[in-house]
Amino acid sequence: MSTLKIEGLCAEVAGKEILRGINLTVNSGEVHAIMGPNGAGKSTLSAVIMGKPGYTVTAGSVTLDGVDILALPTWKRATAGLHLVMQYPTEVPGVHVDEMLTEALSARGRSSADLASRISSEAGRINFDAELVSRALNVDLSGGEKKRNETLQLGVLEPKIAILDELDSGLDIDALRDCARRVEAATHENNLGVLAITHYVRLLEELKPDVVHILAAGRIVKTAGPELADELERDGYAAFV
Amino acid sequence: MNSTLALPSAEEEIWRYSRIGDLDMSQFTPGTVRTVVSHGDAFASTQSRAGVAMKTPADVFAEMNLASGVETTFVLPKGVYSDEVIEVTHYVETDGIVAFPRLVIDTEGDGEITVVERFISSDSIRSLICPVLEIRASAGATVNYVGINQLGLRTWMIAHQQTAGYRDSNTRLNTVALGGDYARVRAEARLVESGANAQQLALYFASGTQMHDFRTLQRHEAPRTYSDLLFKGAIGGSARSVYTGLIRIEKNAAKSEAFQTNRNLTLGAGAWAESVPNLEIETNEVKCSHASTVGSIDEDQRFYLESRGIPPEVAERLVVFGFFKDVLDRLPRRVDTADLEAQIAEKLRLEGDLS
Repeated sequence: MSTLKIEGLCAEVAGKEILRGINLTVNSGEVHAIMGPNGAGKSTLSAVIMGKPGYTVTAGSVTLDGVDILALPTWKRATAGLHLVMQYPTEVPGVHVDEMLTEALSARGRSSADLASRISSEAGRINFDAELVSRALNVDLSGGEKKRNETLQLGVLEPKIAILDELDSGLDIDALRDCARRVEAATHENNLGVLAITHYVRLLEELKPDVVHILAAGRIVKTAGPELADELERDGYAAFV
Repeated sequence: MNSTLALPSAEEEIWRYSRIGDLDMSQFTPGTVRTVVSHGDAFASTQSRAGVAMKTPADVFAEMNLASGVETTFVLPKGVYSDEVIEVTHYVETDGIVAFPRLVIDTEGDGEITVVERFISSDSIRSLICPVLEIRASAGATVNYVGINQLGLRTWMIAHQQTAGYRDSNTRLNTVALGGDYARVRAEARLVESGANAQQLALYFASGTQMHDFRTLQRHEAPRTYSDLLFKGAIGGSARSVYTGLIRIEKNAAKSEAFQTNRNLTLGAGAWAESVPNLEIETNEVKCSHASTVGSIDEDQRFYLESRGIPPEVAERLVVFGFFKDVLDRLPRRVDTADLEAQIAEKLRLEGDLS
């Protein structure tokens, strides 16, 4: 059982305050959706949790099972059990997913002896063309292929808590369904906890949230059950901004 | 060595940014390197073929090489397609010498030959090596050459390479530069008959206080000739690199294609790289492009890898090898690159220890 606990988190980018006191707790096996209008701070939240350069935390804390995540460099946040699925996965020319995962497993003290079969079984689960797996990371991949590649990595690395930053952006319905189902399955098979940041409800048709939060102007302004997503689908964000 | 010798100066364009001003020939006495050849017996010749590609010595160093150099000569007879990789290894074992090894690869018709030439010295050797390479690729011939600089950190190199490609020939001029204190290669590919194709590739990695210096020329002298150049370098520590390249398309070289790309990855705040591409085109019907970049490791790439749980030094190694991958992949397939990759990894490790 793991717990990601965010308390009073404030952060700024280039001197501008974006997060203004976020409180949130995600436990193993739970799916939390964070929804909100553009500019609410959704992507900033994922960047700050993972330690992306350019963001400054001004107050608050983030802990994973009591460990101060904000005190760790990015790579140790990942080996501690956090995994970020990026909205726009970066192209890394000449670096292949298997080389990268070999190093990522090694940093976790795990063997990569069965990596090839893990990759092919994960690729099969999300209908990811095995030929594409052999390309350089995210180079010449479509939006959907990039998200399948991100999901494949999550499947192999088995984090405790996954942060999905707009998994549903830039991909077609089939890819969205394949990726969302795989993450949903991980919540049952591996007790994965999920923080799913999204603008749209369609992701949540396959990835069933336990809790839905509305983030607006850097604060969580409402928290409720899955019915809140339906309400947003009907009425939009107007009531919260 | 005669200290009154008229050396070039950095005022000359072709020596701009170089360390020629630091060179004191009186520190060196004439000497020779120990040259070991393997798998070359079938093509070795005792008759000099100097001049098959370099009609007149390009400068004083090439002149001295012609006057007093020790030549290794291979001649590929017409119709012979060789699978073997000929290895020529020059060991600079004496301190304080200047040596002039020369390698000439000549062909007498269609066929294929592959030669790997290595330059090796230990870190204690303060010597100067001025090699010359000449390649003549006759009609229909393919010549694959890889020059590998694994010199020690105090050895200087001032090298000249000239190739001449005849009808429908392929010249593949590859360079891997990892060693040396100041190591310069002036590489000139001439395409003298139509259908000739020249590929120039280089991988260089200067670290510590090393300097790698490349001057390239793709000279198209006949119609429908093709050249493609890709030079990629990593520069660490307080090292320096210079790339200046010229594509020259002569008046009668219509329908030719020439491409030139130089990319530099600086690994530290003290690293410095200069890249100067040039085009001179005397005719209209050609396809040419050139691209040149100097930049540090992309922060987004670094963050992406680190966010997967990869430590910074490993992320840097992955990005640098990824950067070099297209050059390594295009080296002649029969050439074993394992030791080069190990040496690159070792240089990166030292780079990480220092920073």
